[in-house]
Amino acid sequence: MDELIRVIIYFVGIAAFLGLNLAYLGWVERKGAGHIQRRTGPKEVGPYGLIQPLADGLKLMSKQLVIPDAADRALYMCAPILCMVPAVLLFVVMPFGDELVPREFNLGLLMMFAFASAAGMSILIGGWGSGNKYSLIAGTRAVSQAVAYEVPMIITAITIVMITGSMDLNEIVRYQNGGFWNWNFLALNKSIFMPVSFLVFFVCNLAECNRAPFDLGEAESELVAGYITEYGGMGFGLFMMAEYANLVLAAALTTVLFLGGWNCPLGILPGPHWFLIKMYFLIWSFVWIRWTFPRTTLWGLLNLSWKYLIPFSLVNLLITALFIKVF
Amino acid sequence: MAGYFKDLITGIKSLAIGMKITNKEFLTKPITLQYPHEALQMTPRYRGHIELLKDPESGTHSCISCGMCARGCPSGCITVKSKKVPGVKGKVLTDYILNFTTCSLCGQCVENCKPGAIDFSNEYNLASTNRDDFIFDLLKRLHPEGVPEPEVDPELLKKEEEKKAAAAKKAAEKKAAAAQAAAEKAAAAESGESKAEEKS
Repeated sequence: MDELIRVIIYFVGIAAFLGLNLAYLGWVERKGAGHIQRRTGPKEVGPYGLIQPLADGLKLMSKQLVIPDAADRALYMCAPILCMVPAVLLFVVMPFGDELVPREFNLGLLMMFAFASAAGMSILIGGWGSGNKYSLIAGTRAVSQAVAYEVPMIITAITIVMITGSMDLNEIVRYQNGGFWNWNFLALNKSIFMPVSFLVFFVCNLAECNRAPFDLGEAESELVAGYITEYGGMGFGLFMMAEYANLVLAAALTTVLFLGGWNCPLGILPGPHWFLIKMYFLIWSFVWIRWTFPRTTLWGLLNLSWKYLIPFSLVNLLITALFIKVF
Repeated sequence: MAGYFKDLITGIKSLAIGMKITNKEFLTKPITLQYPHEALQMTPRYRGHIELLKDPESGTHSCISCGMCARGCPSGCITVKSKKVPGVKGKVLTDYILNFTTCSLCGQCVENCKPGAIDFSNEYNLASTNRDDFIFDLLKRLHPEGVPEPEVDPELLKKEEEKKAAAAKKAAEKKAAAAQAAAEKAAAAESGESKAEEKS
């Protein structure tokens, strides 16, 4: 019975947390984009445009669902859901606080990567199922991008696993207990390249979330809207929400792996608030980057991965192995 | 291999510069003008639809109703109506109607206006679902509270009346003369007739 109550509480909690985030990250992004371009962003609906997400949601929900004739009906319908589910599901193993984790799972990190790859798959399904050439191109691009960036990302994650000796996300955070000098991105006693490793992971996150400057999947200036070209109403809404859910997930995962999770930088008052502060800082940096840099070419995107990120992460893996063996 | 690291370093440097710039722009105040709530002053040389100018001396327009604007208008969208009022020099404008739906804003009317009575307005906010909203009565626009009566010059009025009286007198004289002449002619004809009768 206790277990049931626990499941319900965490389910409601995660749903509420994600719902709020997905709605308001859109607002944050639009406000951020506006101010970076010296505009004001949404401001008419409610004070500072704060009711805008609600208005957008109502509008999307009230729209008619139009399925194109050329679409593969089943794939077309299930792609947005497939995109959304893994992102929400993975919060089950996310440690928000020392005791605040829905399910302590000893293979949390593995689960993370197993399900996160499904998001790239759902983009391909959506692109294929739409029966539209732009969508299909976007789908293939997204997959080649996901393949190219999953490699350095996983190698970096393996480095972390080697350092902490656990795949349990909660254990990884506990390993970094204390001030910022204990955190993995500054674990210079394990490998002098840990800060570089952190950067590699950060860049891979951008690419995995299909965020600018790696948003080749929905490149609106070349591919109309990429894999969401044929989607309207809540199909589009789900894809948008999944994008932000993946963003929150990526920021949360980076926080856990490199920035010490719920630990305070100076070792005082650790708690979920520190987790949220770090997560939102990372999310803000994603927004900041999106509105700063132009989109890369497919060539530049693959070049960056295979020429820089993969060699760097491999070198870091070897150095970490050496350090662990020697010291 | 040297190029490899050089590319990396210059790349990271340029990315950092970009981030710095956007951060600076983020912290500066937005320059958006919230249009429906606030608007910029239209530049004085903006060429909107035409408008009658108010002469500061007389307090009204200086149109002499010559109709050159209407005649010069290639699309014929100007109608000038005037009437003669006793005691006022020249003609008095009664209606100046601009049909803006056909106006091409060429400005020929303003070019043609000798007394400089019309000019372009600064009106740019023109939108309506009703076509009648674009038929402007420029006289009413100039005097929204009502068109003032033209000033009557008593001397001119007196002179005009005298002239009129004189003209009437002259006309009457002429009429009388004509009547007399007709009578004479009739009489002559009568006598002629009688003569003819005599002949026959």
